[in-house]
Amino acid sequence: MDVRLQAEPFDPGALLTHFCAGRSETGAVVSFTGIARASAGAVTTLELEAYPGFTDAEIARIAEAAMARFSLQDVLIVHRIGPIAPGEAIVFVAAASSHRREAFEAADHLMDYLKSRAPFWKKEHGPGGARWIEPTARDIADAERWD
Amino acid sequence: MIRVLLFGRLSDIAGWRERPIEAPPRTLSELRAMLSAEDERLGEALAAKGVQAAIDKVIVRTDVALAAGMEVAFLPPMSGG
Repeated sequence: MDVRLQAEPFDPGALLTHFCAGRSETGAVVSFTGIARASAGAVTTLELEAYPGFTDAEIARIAEAAMARFSLQDVLIVHRIGPIAPGEAIVFVAAASSHRREAFEAADHLMDYLKSRAPFWKKEHGPGGARWIEPTARDIADAERWD
Repeated sequence: MIRVLLFGRLSDIAGWRERPIEAPPRTLSELRAMLSAEDERLGEALAAKGVQAAIDKVIVRTDVALAAGMEVAFLPPMSGG
């Protein structure tokens, strides 16, 4: 299990290739890449704030719980912090398990929790100024599916 | 001394992110009251739905006594991914 917070951009393909390498006992790897998107064509930059020492510990706790809940063999979570330009990957999640169902569910679950329960604060800098993004009712309901 | 940390919208509203308090109040609720008395807008933001507090990087849901060396963080609703 590996959890990384980093300011540097990452290559999701390279992460997935590395994660899949040498897994003769693994039947399934499911990965998700979240990409910062420009809204309605407006050029926006996202800024992700974390609480060092707390954010990483909370994500590790979420990942450990998912490992047990979905009988996973491995989990990788990479999350950007700091300014992120549209089109750049913001989050990468990969789950490895013996069978596909658990890996699909785990990736879905991990993303739902990262969206509204991991300690990040997201600010959007757009043409009309900056605003803080809070989880939507949909984000909260998505995470509650797993409670 | 304790250290108070603000995240997300809270630090924008207050105009500070981290602050030492040499003579802290006795409890977390008194600290909230003290910060609110100093800055009404921050007080309103701290009282908003979904704002949590963490002491030494552990979320606390009840009022607790403060002690020297503690790190108190106020956390608005979280949004990642």
